[in-house]
Parts: sequence; C-alpha cells; structure tokens
Amino acid sequence: MVCRDRLRPPKAAGTRVFCVSGHVKRPGNYEVPMGVTVRELVYEHAGGMRSDKPIKAFIPGGASAPFLTPAHLDVKLDFESVAAAGSMLGSGGVTVMEEGTSMVWAAHRLMEFFYHESCGKCSPCREGSAWLVQTMRRILAKRGRMEDLETLLDLCKNIAGRTVCAFGDAEVAPIQSTLKYWRQEYVDLVNEAEAANLIRLEPAGRP
Amino acid sequence: MTFSEKYKDEIADILSRYPVKRSALIPLLYVAQRDQGYVTESAMQEIAQLLRLTPPQVYETITFYTMFNLKPMGKFHLQVCKSLMCALVGSDTLLGWINSKLGIAPGETTTDGLFSLSVVECLAACGTGPMMMVNDDYYEQLTEDKLDRIVSDLRSMGTSPLKSGPFMWPEPLRSTDRVTG
Ligand code: SF4
Ligand code: FES
Repeated sequence: MVCRDRLRPPKAAGTRVFCVSGHVKRPGNYEVPMGVTVRELVYEHAGGMRSDKPIKAFIPGGASAPFLTPAHLDVKLDFESVAAAGSMLGSGGVTVMEEGTSMVWAAHRLMEFFYHESCGKCSPCREGSAWLVQTMRRILAKRGRMEDLETLLDLCKNIAGRTVCAFGDAEVAPIQSTLKYWRQEYVDLVNEAEAANLIRLEPAGRP
Repeated sequence: MTFSEKYKDEIADILSRYPVKRSALIPLLYVAQRDQGYVTESAMQEIAQLLRLTPPQVYETITFYTMFNLKPMGKFHLQVCKSLMCALVGSDTLLGWINSKLGIAPGETTTDGLFSLSVVECLAACGTGPMMMVNDDYYEQLTEDKLDRIVSDLRSMGTSPLKSGPFMWPEPLRSTDRVTG
C-alpha cells in the first residue's frame, strides 16, 4: 500500500504563471516559483503600484477568489497558504487595487460578470445572481437600504454549495469578502441614500 | 437559396463530427453568422430542424453568447471588455473615447455601417487591459492614441498591425522599476 502522503503533491513545488492586473506599473503574465508573496509579485516583478499609492485590496486567484487585504501581503501564493488566509489560489489571476478604489464598485463589477456568465441551469445560481446584481446596483446607485446588506449575505449563503457546478460558490466570493472587510463602505452608501432621501419603493416587475 | 442548400457540404461535414446531433449547434451557428454577419431568423429555424431542436432552443443558445449577433452588424465589431480588471485601468474611459470619435454607444452602429460597438465580459487578457476585440483580433493596452491609429488603419486597410495575440509579454524590466515594498 502506498502511503497517502506520498501521492500528495509537495506543498509548493515548481513554478506558476500569475497574471498580474489592476493598478500596478507593469501588469502582465509572470512565471515565478510557487509560494511567492503578493508583495514580491507587485513590488519586485510588476514594478510597484502605478501611482505609488498603497495597496488597498487584492484578489489572489481570479474573479472567484475572495478579496484579501494588505494584512495578507506576505501570504505565500501556494494552494494551502492562500486557503488558510480565507481565499484561494484559483486561476492565478492576481488583481491589485490601490487605495481609493471603491470596494462596493469592485464587487458590483464582478457581480455583473457572474450575472452574465451564469448559464441558468439551476435556480439558486440563475435567480440568485440576478437578485444579487440588482441589489448591488441599487446600493451603488445610492438607493439601497440597510436591510439590503442582510439580503446580500442571506442570498450568498443560499447559493454557495447548492448549485450544479462550482460557479455558485464562486459568484458569492466578491460580495461576501468585501462585506467582511469593508462593510463600512456599504453602510456609507446606504447612509448617503437615506440622508438624501433617495430610497423609493420599487414595485416588482418594473424594469 | 436556403441556408441548408447553400452550405450543404459544410453542414454535412460538421454533422459527421458529432455522435449527438445537437452538439453541432454552435459550429452551425458560426456558419450562419459568417454568411450574413448575424444569425437570421430563417437560419435559426433551419438549424433547429436540422438538429431536431425547437427554435427557442436555438435562440436561447445565441442569446447566451456575445459572439453571436441577432441583427446586422457593422463591418468592424468593437467588443470592449468591461469586467473589473479592465475597468480598474480605464475601460469606461475607452468607451468614452469610442463614443466621442465614432458617435456610437454600446449596441449601436455607425451610419456608414463600418463600426458596431458592444461591451462584453472578460476576454482573458486581464493583464493587458484596457482591451477590446475587433472581429476576431485582440487589441490590448489601449490608449487614446492607439485607438486613433487602430480606427484609421481599419478604415484604410481593413485591419491594423497594432493587433496582438491574446498573449503579450510584459515590457522588459528597467532598473528604475525595481521597488521594494
Ligand atoms: S451553478 Fe453552474 S450549472 Fe448552475 S446555473 Fe450557475 S453556472 Fe449554471
Ligand atoms: S477583465 Fe478585461 S480581459 Fe479580463
């Protein structure tokens, strides 16, 4: 009998191609050893930040990977370390965002992507992505209500793990993680909506 | 001549490659689109019949993909990526330039029939945004100046040497680029 540990790949062997995108000086594809950190990827390979602003957030593994914060800049980019930090290495698409980027805006952009790409085969994903995107559009347009934040979390909880393919787990990552680390930005937008009295009842069924 | 008559041999060849008929749907839609620049309703009906599908099954497949057109398109179809990674580096600005230079918004075609504009989701060139696809070619790391040259090249030559593969290497590292964080 073969020891199961020997069949497992070593934790961070070989190289991996990372596609570095977002606010860095030299975005592009970099083949580097597994286990590189985002700090090294950004400052040693991708030339640093484009306007020398600090990093506000990054995504370590493509659109489906939860956002991480500057506190995670020294996490090694291998499967286990990124998972332990609460995200995933995924596709190796590393997106870096500078200070000043709205996290609600960023999560909404990704949600539009997931809404478009949902194939529609199963209802939690098909209906859920539509509901999530509409709620995000509303919050971003400063017409959101405080209850919307709970609605978002509730929807996410009821999509992930309940779909035919892994797309359901993926589509909730941006909203869940930005709500976890930057909830105040959502709250601020809702407060602005309330202060400006912009919230209107929107009858269902009207486009 | 109907679509199935005109492309009889090509259709037979495509059908022969798939053990299950409906698998030929997307390749056949590409043939139909090549013919007219978009998929006509009659072509959809013929394809449905050929594959024993209902016309709505053909229609719903088309509507899922931004690569299929349901109405006549300009000679050059500009497809600008609007997903997050491109948006972070200016895809909205790019749409603004296109709008001011060509006078079209997403979903519109110029009156001379040359350019149509669409916004699409990630085209897998996130490291080289902002970017767009013109018909089947990629144009990456777009600037206003590059866009001007591409548009004038397209008008005069029908293509542009500025097109890139979907894969670009990063510029060589200059010593001044090395920063420690
Ligand atoms: S979870 Fe997968 S199968 Fe279900 S609708 Fe979403 S993309 Fe389709
Ligand atoms: S986000 Fe534009 S190519 Fe990926």
